[in-house]
Amino acid sequence: MHELIEKVFFGAFDNAVLRRAEDSAVVEQGGTRLAFTVDSYVVSPLFFPGGDIGKLAVCGTVNDLCMVGARPQFLGVSFILEEGLSAEVLRTIAQSAGETAREAAVEIVCGDTKVVGKGAVDQAFVTTCGVGTVPSGVDISASNARPGDKIILSGSLGDHEIAILSAREGLPFSGNVASDCAPLSGAVAALLAEGTPVHALRDPTRGGLASALNEIARLSNVAMEIHESAIPVRPEVAEACEILGFDPLYLANEGKFVAFVSAEHADAALGRLRAVGCAAQAAIIGEVAGHGLPHVTLITSVGGRRIVDVAAGTQLPRIC
Amino acid sequence: MFQFRDKERIGALSKALEGMVTRPMKFMEVCGTHTVSFFRFGLRSLVPDRLSLLSGPGCPVCVTPQREIRKAFHLAQQDGVILATFGDMIRVPVDSSSLEKQRAVGAHVRVVTSALEALDMARGNADKKVVFFAVGFETTAPTVAQAILHAAGERLSNFFILCAHKLIPPAMRALLDGGEVRVDGFMCPGHVSAIIGSAAYEEISARYSVPCVISGFEPLDMLETLVMLVEMAARGEARVRNQYRRVVKPQGNRVALESMGEVFDVKDAEWRGLGMIPASGLGLKDGFAGFDAENEFDLKQVDGGEEENKGCRCGDVLRGALAPEECPLFGVACTPSTPLGPCMVSSEGTCGAHYRYRTARDE
Repeated sequence: MHELIEKVFFGAFDNAVLRRAEDSAVVEQGGTRLAFTVDSYVVSPLFFPGGDIGKLAVCGTVNDLCMVGARPQFLGVSFILEEGLSAEVLRTIAQSAGETAREAAVEIVCGDTKVVGKGAVDQAFVTTCGVGTVPSGVDISASNARPGDKIILSGSLGDHEIAILSAREGLPFSGNVASDCAPLSGAVAALLAEGTPVHALRDPTRGGLASALNEIARLSNVAMEIHESAIPVRPEVAEACEILGFDPLYLANEGKFVAFVSAEHADAALGRLRAVGCAAQAAIIGEVAGHGLPHVTLITSVGGRRIVDVAAGTQLPRIC
Repeated sequence: MFQFRDKERIGALSKALEGMVTRPMKFMEVCGTHTVSFFRFGLRSLVPDRLSLLSGPGCPVCVTPQREIRKAFHLAQQDGVILATFGDMIRVPVDSSSLEKQRAVGAHVRVVTSALEALDMARGNADKKVVFFAVGFETTAPTVAQAILHAAGERLSNFFILCAHKLIPPAMRALLDGGEVRVDGFMCPGHVSAIIGSAAYEEISARYSVPCVISGFEPLDMLETLVMLVEMAARGEARVRNQYRRVVKPQGNRVALESMGEVFDVKDAEWRGLGMIPASGLGLKDGFAGFDAENEFDLKQVDGGEEENKGCRCGDVLRGALAPEECPLFGVACTPSTPLGPCMVSSEGTCGAHYRYRTARDE
C-alpha cells in the first residue's frame, strides 16, 4: 500500500501538505488553520455489534480531524449503493449517520448518491470528507513526539476488530464484544483542556496500536517503550486472541486514540480523560525513551523485552 | 492461563538460571509454537546469554518441500477442484508465486482451519473435488484421520487429501545422526507429545545421550523446562522428563493414535532442509487409497524444479545449523512482508519469529 501511495499517487499529485501524511491535512487560510480529511468505508458486514457503516463513516472522519487537534465542524457524505439494496437498510444507515453526526456536533452539509449495478459494489460503500478548525496554540503532529513524553492510551484494544470478526464468522466466545466505534471529540477536548501540551495523537485503526506507534516513532525519530500489563484489553477480546492466535496490539479500533503528552501534564490529563465515557479506561502505557533509532519496545507481561514490529502479517479485510 | 504468566515466579526462574548456567549451553526446541512463545513473551531477554535456545524443524509448513507445494498449485488450477489448505501455507513463496498469488489469478484455493472443515466443503459441493493439503505433525494427523474415516463412512467420492504429514521423533534422530548440530538437550513439543506420549523420546534420549524435557507453551512452562534441562545437562544426565504433566501422559492419547493407525502407514518422507528421512512421514493405507490425491490426479508431471529459492537458507535454519540473523538475506531482502522462504512467512517460522519479536539489544 505504501508503495502504491508513493509511486502512483505522490507521483501524480505531490505537495508538502500531502507528504506530511497526518490523519488530516492542515492548511492555513487567512490566519485560520483548517483541517481537512477524506476516508472511504467498505466494512463488511454493514451492521455489527456496536454500530454500522453509517455510524462508522461519521466517526472515522470526525476522529481523523480530532487527531490533528481540530474541532470537527462539517462533513460531506457520498453513498455508492448496489442496485436492489433494501430501502430499509439504507434508511437505517442514514439515520445512524445522522444520529452520530448530532452526537459529534457536526453538520452534514453536502452529499452525493450513486446507484450501480448488482455486483458492482457489495451493498453499500460510503465516503466521508470532513473539515474543522485547529485552535491556536495546538501543534499536534506524528513527527512531534519528544523524549520524556508519556504515552496515554484512551481505552481497551481490539473491540472493533473482534466485534466485526464475530459478526462475520459467528464466533461463540466473543458475542459480548461490541465495536468501540465512537466520536472522540469530547475525549480529545478533555485532553487538550488547560493548555496541556499534546505533541502527537493517532487513532489506531487498521494495523492497531503497533502500527500507530511505529509510525510516530519513525516520523518523530524516537525510541519508545510500552508496558504490556498497562494496556487495557477486555477479557473476551483477550480470550478471542488466545484462541485465534491474534495479538491485541495489531487489532483495529474505531473509538480509541494514543496521545503523547509532556510528562508533567500526563497525570492531570489522564484524570480528565477518565471522566469522559469513551475514555474511562484510559491509561499511561509507556514513554518516549530518546531520539534516534526509531523503534517500539514492549516490556511483556512476564517482564521480558521485545520489539513491537510494524505489521503482524495478514490482517482482516474490510474492517472499516 | 494467567498462573503460567506469573511475573514473580518467572522472575525467580530467570534469576535461578543466571546462577545455574556456568558454561555455554545449547538446547533445541522442535515446535513452532515454542519458537513463537519464546519470542512473543520476550523470554530471550530473561535467560542468560550463555544459554541459547535453537529452533529446529518444528514448523510443519516450513518443512514441506517445494515439490509438494507445486502439486498443490497444480491441483488448485484444475477445473472442478477446490484446494483446501491451512492459512499459513498460502503465502509460502515457490517459483515466484504462492497459493495466495495463484488464488488472485483464479486458482481455487480456500483457507480452512481443519480437515473437518474441508470435509464439510466436500459435502456442500458435490460437483467439486475438494483436496485438503494435509500438512502437520502428530498433532494434526488424528483429525485428518477422523475426516477420512467420516468420508469413508459416508462413501464420499469427492474428498481427497494431499498427504504431507511428518513425524517429529525421526527428525530429531536425523538431526543427531547428521552430527552437524550439537545440542545439550531437547525441549520437546507439548501437543505432539500429548498424542505420542512422553515415552516416545526414551529411545532417543538413551541412544544419543541427550536430556529431553516435554514442555508446555506458557512462559512459566518454558522457563521451568529450561531449568530442568540445565540441571540434567550440568550433571551429565540423559533422560526424559515431563514438564507438561497436566496434558501429556507417558502413553499419549490412545484414541488419537488408534485412528492414525487405522488410516495411515508410516513411510519415508522428504523434509525441506533435512532431505529424505526414513519412516518419518505418513501415507494413506491401501484401504483408503481412494482418498489419496496422488491416485486421483496425475501429479507425477509436477515433480522437479529447484528445491530452494535463490539464496534462501531455510534448510540450514531448519536444521539449527544457521541462526536467522546469520542469513545474508535476513531483514534485508527477506522480511515478513517480502518473504523469500517459508521460515519468514509462516506464523511458526523461525525467521519470522526472530524478525518480528527481536529484542531491543539486536537493534
